[in-house]
Amino acid sequence: MATTKITPAEEALLGAVADAATPPPGTETVMMPVGIPGYTLHQEARQIPTTQPPVLPINKDLQYIGKSPKRWDAHAKVSGSARYTYDIQLPGMLYAKFVNAAVPHAHIVSIDTSAAEKLPGVKGVYVIQHLLGGAVLRDAALKSKTYPTVRYAGQPIAAVAATQPHIAEEAAKLVKVQYDAKPFVVDLEKARQPNAPQVFPGPADQAGTAGGGGGPHGVTQTGNVHGPAIHKVGDAEQGFKDADVVVESKYSTQVQTHSALETHGVVADWKPDLLTVWASTQGTASVREELAAFFHLPKSQVRVITEFMGGGFGAKFGAGNPGVVAAQLSRQTGTPVWLMLDRKQEHLSVGNRPSSDQTLKIGAKKDGTLTAVQLVSFGSAGCGTGAGCAGPATNLYKWAALHTEENDVFINAGPASAMRAPGHPQGAFALEQTIDELATKLNMDPIDLRDKIDENPVRRVERQIIRESALWKSRNPKPNADQGHIKRGVGLSQSVWYRHINMNSAAEVRVHRDGSVEVLSAVQDIGTGIKTVLAQVLAEQFGVPPEKVSVKIGDTNYPIGPNSGGSVTTASLTPAVRDAAWQASQKFLASVAPALGTAPDDLVLTGGEVHSKSNKFQPITFRRAAAKMDTDEVSAQSKRIPDYNKGHYDTYGGVDVAEVEVDTETGLIHVKRIFAVHDCGRPMNPSQVINQINGGLIQGISYALYENRLLDPNFGYMVNPNLEQYKIAGSRDIPELHVQLVESYIGQSSTDASGIGEAAGVMSAAAAIGNAFHNATGVRIRTTPMTPPVVLKALSKAPQRSETA
Amino acid sequence: MNQFILADCTTESGALSQLHDGAVVKAGGVDLLDLMKSGIATPTKLVNIRNISGMRGIHETAQGLNIGALTTLAEIEEDPAVKAHYAILSDACGHAATPQIRNMATVGGNLLQQNRCWYFRSDDFACLKKGKDMCFAFDGLNQYHAIFDNTTCPSVAPSSAAVALLGLNASVELTSAKGKRTVAIKDFYVHPDVNPMTRTVIAPDELLTAVVIPKPASGTRSAYQKYGEKRSYDWATADAGVVLEMDGNICRKAAIVMGAASPVVMRSPKAEAMLAGKPITEETARAAGKAAMEGAQPLSMNGYKVQLFPVAIYRTILLAAGQMGRDPSAVG
Repeated sequence: MATTKITPAEEALLGAVADAATPPPGTETVMMPVGIPGYTLHQEARQIPTTQPPVLPINKDLQYIGKSPKRWDAHAKVSGSARYTYDIQLPGMLYAKFVNAAVPHAHIVSIDTSAAEKLPGVKGVYVIQHLLGGAVLRDAALKSKTYPTVRYAGQPIAAVAATQPHIAEEAAKLVKVQYDAKPFVVDLEKARQPNAPQVFPGPADQAGTAGGGGGPHGVTQTGNVHGPAIHKVGDAEQGFKDADVVVESKYSTQVQTHSALETHGVVADWKPDLLTVWASTQGTASVREELAAFFHLPKSQVRVITEFMGGGFGAKFGAGNPGVVAAQLSRQTGTPVWLMLDRKQEHLSVGNRPSSDQTLKIGAKKDGTLTAVQLVSFGSAGCGTGAGCAGPATNLYKWAALHTEENDVFINAGPASAMRAPGHPQGAFALEQTIDELATKLNMDPIDLRDKIDENPVRRVERQIIRESALWKSRNPKPNADQGHIKRGVGLSQSVWYRHINMNSAAEVRVHRDGSVEVLSAVQDIGTGIKTVLAQVLAEQFGVPPEKVSVKIGDTNYPIGPNSGGSVTTASLTPAVRDAAWQASQKFLASVAPALGTAPDDLVLTGGEVHSKSNKFQPITFRRAAAKMDTDEVSAQSKRIPDYNKGHYDTYGGVDVAEVEVDTETGLIHVKRIFAVHDCGRPMNPSQVINQINGGLIQGISYALYENRLLDPNFGYMVNPNLEQYKIAGSRDIPELHVQLVESYIGQSSTDASGIGEAAGVMSAAAAIGNAFHNATGVRIRTTPMTPPVVLKALSKAPQRSETA
Repeated sequence: MNQFILADCTTESGALSQLHDGAVVKAGGVDLLDLMKSGIATPTKLVNIRNISGMRGIHETAQGLNIGALTTLAEIEEDPAVKAHYAILSDACGHAATPQIRNMATVGGNLLQQNRCWYFRSDDFACLKKGKDMCFAFDGLNQYHAIFDNTTCPSVAPSSAAVALLGLNASVELTSAKGKRTVAIKDFYVHPDVNPMTRTVIAPDELLTAVVIPKPASGTRSAYQKYGEKRSYDWATADAGVVLEMDGNICRKAAIVMGAASPVVMRSPKAEAMLAGKPITEETARAAGKAAMEGAQPLSMNGYKVQLFPVAIYRTILLAAGQMGRDPSAVG
């Protein structure tokens, strides 16, 4: 591969080689691989604790890490033996069903549960007194004194538990709720009007979750408009004056729901000494935390189990209303309670990606230098906040001045929650199309402009790969070049996400005398494959194939694991696991040394064999050596230590190219192909990383073209709360996806792992399709989803051959 | 789901004897179970006819085709006789829903399924079609609704098979304990202006037992294409069925059918007139497509359909005439 030249700026970003001063006590200086093999790979010094395992070489020099062994739980999943929360059955278990608000905005006058209670088979009814989710009024005096105010249709009000699901369903219908209905608003534009019905009687703020999301606190609130949250760097006004070219456009994006295959839900079993909860969650720790706080229980008396999990995408942190209601019903009835949401409730009440209306203005010099970036956004997170979308505008490119104003607009709809790369698909849709518009105005190639304004050294390499790709080379730089009604176009978009580490990441590793090894952590596998990765880490340490390693996770009885959100799991947990494995291996060597007639420091465990440095004996297999342990088991527990180079703030990203065909008569966009070049530090398991990028691209395409939560403007109900009219890309809507990974070592931990969940194409797909659409038709499309009506409207309104170079 | 009595029948006469006291017939159950799950259909008695063996199969007769009502869409799609002489029907059945649904859905059930309208299909809205006095679509979200005959209830005819069968002048055989009668597809559906709650003329004691298709005239060519938003599993926003009786390149007679345009599947005599006696060219095909939109009355959000149908029609005419391949922009 060709070698790119590192600019001084990149060199600064890559980090200068640390000075050779004497390391502080308890630490040592080691050299670590940093950079991109084939491009920028070099060695950098790091000061790390002496207790850390030896530096892990790059993937090509490893046996199991960086390879793609079979998914550890593949057989269980494809054979149906995997037990999801939905599948949990306990003796005497009751089934619970929510009673949901039948109106979008109301005070509840009274709730009569007597008829439901009398229905044979009903064992418990619970009326919700404290609702979780959504924004909370700053002034507690404004809160409803009786029942929680209804702020959206479908809001949970009460729940019933019965011996059979259909009895619970019938009983739920028998609960009589008397509403004092209030005016409501479900349209963002209308909600911004001064005379609009008020979703909250005063300022209200929402807490975030482990995966991001949740809006700013304490900002101005005017009517339903919560904000702006203003971020200013430099003088944007001056920046626009200094600009040779200014581009300003409006973009709008819809509400997307998470629509995980498995809905939210739990099975709760309240016993006097222990509350056990099986939960479909992205965070066993977060569920335990919320249940312990809600019921004033010691954490030691709450156990959360997630054996298998059917997807979350950011919406499944904490116990939520299903968790606390099921636990309450179990407590009341003394019986385990199963409570899983149906698809309608899933769409309505447990989160979504907020909408956005954005006005983005960018000024640039003739050479492309950005003089100012200004974004004003209004978005709705329903009766919650978190609709900000300035991430890409703030963090993708270098600018002289930045001015962003993010506003949340309350409407009478279910609260948003974090959703895979919160704010980014919206923000990138506007930003990346605006950058392309700017390139056109500057008469620059879109990649050349990005080379000029994007300082990230990894994306520079990614763009080079894109530039050299057959797909990009096939792009006609002249838009709207095809005659006839089918027009082909190629466009790209970039993405950025941030390195977050969850320090609540710990694991225990055990070595048994029979040579078996196991790892235990409360971390949950949300489908991305952390089980397999943990097996690989142990396999590398002990030289045992990954499929022979036992991985026990998804249970708070084990050492705490990170909540899986914000692309943190692998980056946070694998160093703790490797540290524990290393320490266990040292204990193991100490345990077998006497029987091998040598001292522990004479022994080395490598490639699945125990060697004597002084050649006291021929190397023996790990398994044979284990038989010589002086106890049945040795174990070590480790927790995450901070990144080696904390001051260094890393981001991950990618560059995606989409090829589309637009039928200008039917308005159908056919995405033909996507070539995605992404980085996630050291890919611990490339096939699983690619798998996540495939999923991110598909979710991004689905967002770009199909998905849309539609609320009836006159009555406030969602008209498509299913998976039929709420349209998600199906198998034949998915184009050829080609993913290439760029290994990028950053020298931050004992595994030097990073994350991929967010920067996986979900944020860039819509923008890449938008840019490809423009390349095909010469017309900008500024609204998602880009359905045939939207496309036909854009084509009919736009002047012929706009932006033509 | 409400509670009901299940009468599992294995013979036609057995099923007929059960058709009283509000009994609802279940074949593949594709549409019915959806309606029951969302509380729209609440039958007290279900008569399962799925396992009646005599009602399934495709028979070629001197007069044409006789298709048992329990024949699945997948079986019709793959039948060699249907493929050879009734391409429109093979296309229509082969592009409905998903492969899994086509394996389960019967042609009888497909013809009898309820119209598409998210207000009707939601238990949040008590609408005209459920016996109440209001339609929510006119002032609400109506992007998928009807552009013709839409002044009472703008829900749309859902069946792609019906598009093909109307174009083929097919009939359905209705059987009761008293005997059989045959009703042409064109007379089978009840317009909402007459009664928004009644979909078809089938009586409560009748079973739809077969579909009867006359033999096409010589020189007949036909095709069906569906247009929508997604390729996998989407309802048509516009589907077009075309049957051409050709003399060389001159079209003797044409049937042009539109699905998802109106509450009852409809032919367009104006479009047909543009082709009769003329050669099929892109120009005549486009003129037919344009003529089909005469009298269209789009609602607030479905104006694009007036743009889409002419395209669907002209391309399907050209496909039927063998002048264009299957449209890559068609879905399903």
